[in-house]
Amino acid sequence: MSVLVGPDTRLLVQGLGRDGSFQSSRAREYGVNMVAGVHPGRGGQKFENAVPIFESASEAVDRTGANVGVIFVPAPFAADAIIEQVDAGLDLIVTITEHVPVLDMVKVLAYLEGKKTRLIGPNCPGIIQPSSRVKVGIIPANIVQEGRIGVVSRSGTLTYEAIAQLSQYGMGESTCVGIGGDPLHGTTFTDVLEMFENDPDTDAIVLIGEIGGTREQSAAEFIKTGVTKPVVAAIVGQTAPPGKRMGHAGAIVTGKAALASEKIDALRNAGAHVVNSPAYIGRQMRDLIG
Amino acid sequence: MKIHEYQARQLLADYGVPVPRGEVADTSRDARRIAEDIGGPVVVKAQVHAGGRGKAGGVKVVGTPLEAENAAASILGRPLVTPQTPPGGVVPRKVMVAEAAQIERELFLAALVDGEARAPVVMASTEGGVEIEEVAENNPDKIIRVEADPLVGLSPYRARALSVKLGLPTNLVHPAADLIGNLYRLFTEKDCTLVEINPLVVTVDGRIIALDAKIELEDDALFRHPDLARLHDPDQDDEHELRAARAGLSYVKLEGGRVGCMVNGAGLAMATMDITRWAGAEPANFLDVGGSASEDAIAEAFRIIVSDPEVEAILVNLFGGILRTDGAARGIIAAAQETGADLPIVVSMRGTNAEEGRRLLAESGLEVTSADSLSGAADALREVLGDAAR
Repeated sequence: MSVLVGPDTRLLVQGLGRDGSFQSSRAREYGVNMVAGVHPGRGGQKFENAVPIFESASEAVDRTGANVGVIFVPAPFAADAIIEQVDAGLDLIVTITEHVPVLDMVKVLAYLEGKKTRLIGPNCPGIIQPSSRVKVGIIPANIVQEGRIGVVSRSGTLTYEAIAQLSQYGMGESTCVGIGGDPLHGTTFTDVLEMFENDPDTDAIVLIGEIGGTREQSAAEFIKTGVTKPVVAAIVGQTAPPGKRMGHAGAIVTGKAALASEKIDALRNAGAHVVNSPAYIGRQMRDLIG
Repeated sequence: MKIHEYQARQLLADYGVPVPRGEVADTSRDARRIAEDIGGPVVVKAQVHAGGRGKAGGVKVVGTPLEAENAAASILGRPLVTPQTPPGGVVPRKVMVAEAAQIERELFLAALVDGEARAPVVMASTEGGVEIEEVAENNPDKIIRVEADPLVGLSPYRARALSVKLGLPTNLVHPAADLIGNLYRLFTEKDCTLVEINPLVVTVDGRIIALDAKIELEDDALFRHPDLARLHDPDQDDEHELRAARAGLSYVKLEGGRVGCMVNGAGLAMATMDITRWAGAEPANFLDVGGSASEDAIAEAFRIIVSDPEVEAILVNLFGGILRTDGAARGIIAAAQETGADLPIVVSMRGTNAEEGRRLLAESGLEVTSADSLSGAADALREVLGDAAR
């Protein structure tokens, strides 16, 4: 069983505006099986003359057997779209949308309790899996190659940077997962680490964290006992001043635990190989498994 | 979005939270009139978006209307420097004039979202009137915390339990619980990221009053609160951060740095700042141009970076996706020519049309060093800074 997505992935895209359409085209070019679109007012039409568009997610799921949803709808409507996709019975929802209000996410996460649906994001680049040519989200397909490294990150372009570094040293990816830069998000580092640990296609893991929150510490706790595969980690934001938000809603030093140095210590103590500079992710991985 | 104390006080009052009698004044004459209306001792407080006002001389307790006028005159229009302001301080344009309460006890009360608990929480402490971060550090046991259920809200019994734990006398437990419920309602209905009352005081005559208040509103939820969006005071923002926001850029000035950074993506921007230090210099700013910045936005980003007199070199790190790096190169060249900035620029461009972008920069006549990786950029920067030192 591969991580999060695989050859059986049947993708539903909700929100076919400018970004949603552009990214859906790229994802289809890459090879993803996009079976449905959802966009209000466009039910009955087809995306690129091929994929049926529906008015609602539940109708789309009933008619196409979609099992993974991706959300591009604007932030004011994103929480509602997530709840709609949960109700439609999707297994996995990837929310790309940035700037979803925190109190909306509080309710969404509470609503997800006890449901079978897993949420990735919001404010994330999504998932890409070269072996099955599945792309759910916005990670550029031309930078990844099939390989055996699992990548999990809170960031978008920094994930691309890590992938580029792996490529530079001749390594490719099993699955890349962006969990998002918001303080309240669905799937955590720990969840994805567990999936990579259990994934026969993954030999080693790259974890990219940043200042803010304590999710990296939770990941470190899990790595201690739950991860046997090598983990290369980078934590960015060492030069960020306290109390200032660094772009991502969650990237702010509010107390000692939120500091990069605290996270680095926790991960090192857990046995992860934390690079001193984010420029050395690829090199460190090569040294470990090369 | 931060708002002023007087605005926060009004929101609290709208939600039935008792606040001291008082008004906001633009001039010292107004301050005098308000003090006359109140009668008796008043406190005159500078309205700035920064903590630490008291120690910096921005809060004065006075006995008479004339003293209130003098206090206001000494505060208004003069830069107030606190640990939370930029080094040059912030100029107060308004003062709050309020009755000086006869305080028996000072408490702390706040509502915020706890990311780990994934729920709103109300925090309280018997150690009011001091920085709560200090209490959290030195006396964590003194902080009482109740969670709200995301779907049910803050159950009244929990608010009552919190009031009891604060050691309030029986006759004040219910008023305090009501106050906590109202605070929570304000927090959720107005999409706040923080409502903090510090201190919440019990007066000598047995009332409970929110003596000082700090509210931060969620930027991402202002679309559903147009009335609150109007509370924004651009005077309190850093001029460059304001300019950047208008151009759709995310910029934060860092004190003491000398390398201006221009990056797409927040994570990569932080990584770029970090490798700047790795290369031997401090970054002058965080700047995320976003995932799909136009040529114009890039040009504005460049102008903002070079308007910082401390910047000696520029590090551009763009990973093109939707963003086209050739357009970005045109933006940089246009802004560099327009501003006449002749600073060395290290550029790492990858992704969409990166070759074209690099070619444009190489032929532009600007002092550009190209790199094709993060470590290459660090090396190039080290060299450029070494040259500058010589």
